[in-house]
Order: sequence, then C-alpha cells, then structure tokens
Amino acid sequence: MGDTIKKATRESYGEALVALAEKYDNLVVLDADLAAATKTGIFKKAYADRFYDCGIAEANMMGVAAGLAAAGMIPFASSFAMFAAGRAYEIVRNSIGYPHLNVKIGATHAGISVGEDGATHQCCEDIALMRTIPGMVVINPADDIEAKAAVEAAVQHDGPVYCRFGRLAVPVINDPATYKFELGKGVTLRSGSDVTVIATGLMVNEALIAADTLAGEGISVRVINIHTIKPLDQELIVQAARETGSIVTAEEHSVIGGLGSAVAEAVSEAYPVPVRRIGVNDIFGHSGPALDLLKQFGLSAEHIAEVVREAVKSK
Amino acid sequence: MDEMLKKQLQIHAARIRMGIIEGVYCAKSGHPGGSLSIADVLTYLYFTRMHVYPEQPDFAERDRLVLSKGHTAPALYATLAERGFFPMEEMKTLRHIGAMLQGHPCISIPGVDMSSGSLGQGISAACGMALAGKHRNDSYHVYTILGDGEIEEGQVWEAAMFASHYGLDNLTAIIDNNGLQIDGRLSEVCSPEPIPEKFRAFGWHVIEMNAHDFDDIDRAFREAEQVSGKPVAIIQHSIKGKGVSFMEDQVGWHGTAPNTEQYEKAAAELKAALERLEA
Repeated sequence: MGDTIKKATRESYGEALVALAEKYDNLVVLDADLAAATKTGIFKKAYADRFYDCGIAEANMMGVAAGLAAAGMIPFASSFAMFAAGRAYEIVRNSIGYPHLNVKIGATHAGISVGEDGATHQCCEDIALMRTIPGMVVINPADDIEAKAAVEAAVQHDGPVYCRFGRLAVPVINDPATYKFELGKGVTLRSGSDVTVIATGLMVNEALIAADTLAGEGISVRVINIHTIKPLDQELIVQAARETGSIVTAEEHSVIGGLGSAVAEAVSEAYPVPVRRIGVNDIFGHSGPALDLLKQFGLSAEHIAEVVREAVKSK
Repeated sequence: MDEMLKKQLQIHAARIRMGIIEGVYCAKSGHPGGSLSIADVLTYLYFTRMHVYPEQPDFAERDRLVLSKGHTAPALYATLAERGFFPMEEMKTLRHIGAMLQGHPCISIPGVDMSSGSLGQGISAACGMALAGKHRNDSYHVYTILGDGEIEEGQVWEAAMFASHYGLDNLTAIIDNNGLQIDGRLSEVCSPEPIPEKFRAFGWHVIEMNAHDFDDIDRAFREAEQVSGKPVAIIQHSIKGKGVSFMEDQVGWHGTAPNTEQYEKAAAELKAALERLEA
C-alpha cells in the first residue's frame, strides 16, 4: 500500500474548476473567505477576474449565486459543508431550490474527517438537508478522479447541484483511463452474492478493503459506490437487495437522512431486506486526528467487515 | 414632471391599487397594506424607467426588479398586469389552487425576475444579477424593493456590504419606510432606525423621497442615475395602506384581507379616485 496515491477531493475541486474554466466561459466562482481551505484559491490564482469573494457571509453568497444564475451565469458557491448546507440552508432552499436555479454548491470539509477543528465544523447532516430540497442533485465523490468528473457533470446538468468534498487526503481508487461518471448511476465495484455493501465518499475505499478481507473468509461481498445520492440509482440498489438479500450502507455522515436512509427508503418500498447502516450514530464529533476519528467512529474497513459478518450470520 | 405623464402614472397607479384590493379580496388572504405603499414606485419604475418587454419577458438585456418584500406580491402582479404581461383578470385567482399567481413571487410567472418571500433574500439575488451585469459589461439595471421591517434581517446587511464592496452602481434598492411591521410600529418591535445613516455607513449613496408624489419620485431616480461607483438606496417615506382611507397607517392591515363590506368600500374609494383622474 506504500505506493497508493492520496489526494483530498477539495484539491480535485479546485483543480477541476480551473480545468473547466476555458470550456465554460460563464462559469464563475464564489467563496466566503475560505478560498485557501476550499481550494478555490487555485481557481482565484488562475482566473482572478472570475472569482468573487463574498466575505464571511454565506447567506448572502448563496443569494448572490442565485442572482448570477438567474442572469445566465454558472456560479460555484463554495464554503465548508457546515456553512454551505447548514447555515445557508434556508437560502439554498428558497433562493436556489424553489426557483430551480443553475447554482452549483461546492461544499468542502464534510464529515468528521475535518479532524482537529472538532464538532462545530464536522458537518454530518448536509446530505440529509440537501436531499430534502426538491430538484437538488446531491453528489459525494469517492476520490480525486470521481470528484473531478463530478464537477464537470455538475456543470453539464441544468439545475442546482450540491457537491460534497473532503479535507482529508484519500486513496485514488479509480483509473483515470477508463473512468466514466454518470450522474445518478451507481457503480458496482465488486460482484458478490452474500451481502451488498453500498458506500459513498471516502467509505468506498474502506468497503473495498473490507470486501477483500471477507473474501478470504469465504464471504462474497458485492460493493456498490453511490456517488450520486440524489437522484438515487434505485434500480441498482433494489437489484442488489433481490440478489444478495442483505445490505450494509457506509457513509461519513449521520445515519439519519443520508445514504443509509435513502437506501432503506428505496429497499423498504420495493424489496424489503435487512439494511444495516454504518455512519455517525446521531452524536456530535470531537477534536482529534482525522484517521483516529474515523476509526473511533466506526468508519473503517474493520467495522464494515464486522457488520457484514453479523449480516451473514443472521441471514 | 410633465403633467400629462404624471396624470397617466396616477391613472395606472389607481388601477394597480384596484387590482391589489380585488386580488387580496378574492384570495381571502394576503398583504394589502404594504402592497398599497409601493404601488406608486412600481408604477413609476415599470411605466417610465425600466426597459421590459411583455412580449419577451425573459429578454436577456431587460432591466430587472426583485421584490425582496415578497409578501407584497399583489402590487407586483397588478403592476405587471397593467404593463401587459398578463390580463388583470388573473388577480381574481391570486392564491387559488392551480392558479398562476402564487402567494409570493415565483420566477415562472411572466415578468417576475426572482422568486422571493423569505425576507432578506431578494436583495442578495439582486446583487447577483447586478454582479453578472458588471461581469459581462451589460447595460441593464437592477432594482430591488425592501420593507423597512425586512431590513432587520441580518442577510440584508451582508448584501449591503457586498454591493458597496463591488461598486454595484447598476443596483438601486428602494426601502419602503412605512413605519409598520406585523407586530406593530418599528419603534416598538426592534427598530432598524436610523435607516439612511446605516446605508451610508455601508457605503451606499442614500436618497430620501416621498413615496406618493410622482414629482419627488422622479427627482429621486434622476439623482440616482447620476451616481457612479456605488449602489443607491432610496428610502421612500410611504403610508402603509395608501389610497384606501381606512387602511392607511393601520398595522392591522398588514396581512388581512377585507371582508365583502370593506372590499366594497375600498373599491368605491379607488373607483371614485380613478374617475376623478380620468375626468
């Protein structure tokens, strides 16, 4: 594992914006005094005349983005997930969602892997919040390759999109030569017949490691990467329920309202099977190194493997 | 102002006031007071100043107006109807199920430039539209109308800071200073006064005007168009409920529809005023 390339998806976000700027000349970037952290600073350096800092005022930034979009621009409004989805929720709902404006929200520092900053900045509720807004697309990419593709897909989609990125450098698991991003389509990364692990974001890599471990124990695990949480790939998920009879979800987000909830909703309506949700268990995070926190909160391959073993036992 | 034009504007404003009262009466709900207080400035903007095209409501180079105090949608709708965007008959279905005219402005309605209604948000969208205009060197102008109670929302001051930082001189905010909000007089609720000083401190050019005198409205907007390098705030001193005697300066008419008797009285007053103007 020594030669695994690691990169934070926030870096991918900043780089993708630069890469797309020439092709989409009505693309502009907004930030709320966090350009150095959200990595929109990379865009600012390359295209200073297409970057607008809004200061520490996320509510206004979302409204400005709405106005820009209403006037034909494609704005990327950037901040930490806590402030983009949390603080500005009502503006996103009423000024962007309701008029269905072409605003892209680039939300970085999502989840507990923010690390040392602690609970006030560890947003584990953003997927839940954004997914309730009618017409909002919600994307949570797993690695650098997927994150860059997601940004372009967001630009090509006409309507509001919430893109979730992380602070922590995570392994690059996709092959840039063959990777293809399809909005709203899940990706089956491992075939398997005993249990399906449905993961999103940095938990996709953990799910793959868990599947490898479990293969050695004779447990056949299907792994699905859901990068688009809304619209959800119901067909692929229901097929997995039907074919494997048991589902485990894994996300760096609250177990309330995120991927686990979305999957449980889909499965319970179409083909009910047990769904076990791995995520942040309705508690606040706290300070600490990101990798230690992920382990402590059970957001790890080891914990996924444990839950899968239980799932197999109770079948 | 030319006397003929003034009379014409007064006639439009009287018809718009009738549309407001009819709409709120038929809806059995809505906000007549603050709608009546902005009827004159909307008339002035849509009939003298704004380049808008009822046949082509989404024309890219049009001037734009965001009604940040979105609860006074009846005034915007009646003005758009009077200007030819849709028939005034639509006012009778305001707020009805299945109707085009929603309780608060909705961007899908011809002539409505932005959905609004949650207070404090419209001014930010107006800033975004003005910024897009600056970014592309477009010549359109953006207007936004806020309530004086609305400016108690913190987002308004985030937007005020933003507009002056980016020198949005293609943006004019009209603050409808009628002195009343739902729970009472501004001074009794949580006063945002002094309003002119606050906007000046945020780097805006401030103009005050009488909201119900077309000569004074014209003076204010002529001064506004001379300003460059900073956004303009026009504080309009208005009377809530203006034009219907028993609604004027009454907090109770913020969000209450008239009953049949009250509607007939209001309609008779407005009709008489219109007949005097047309005589």
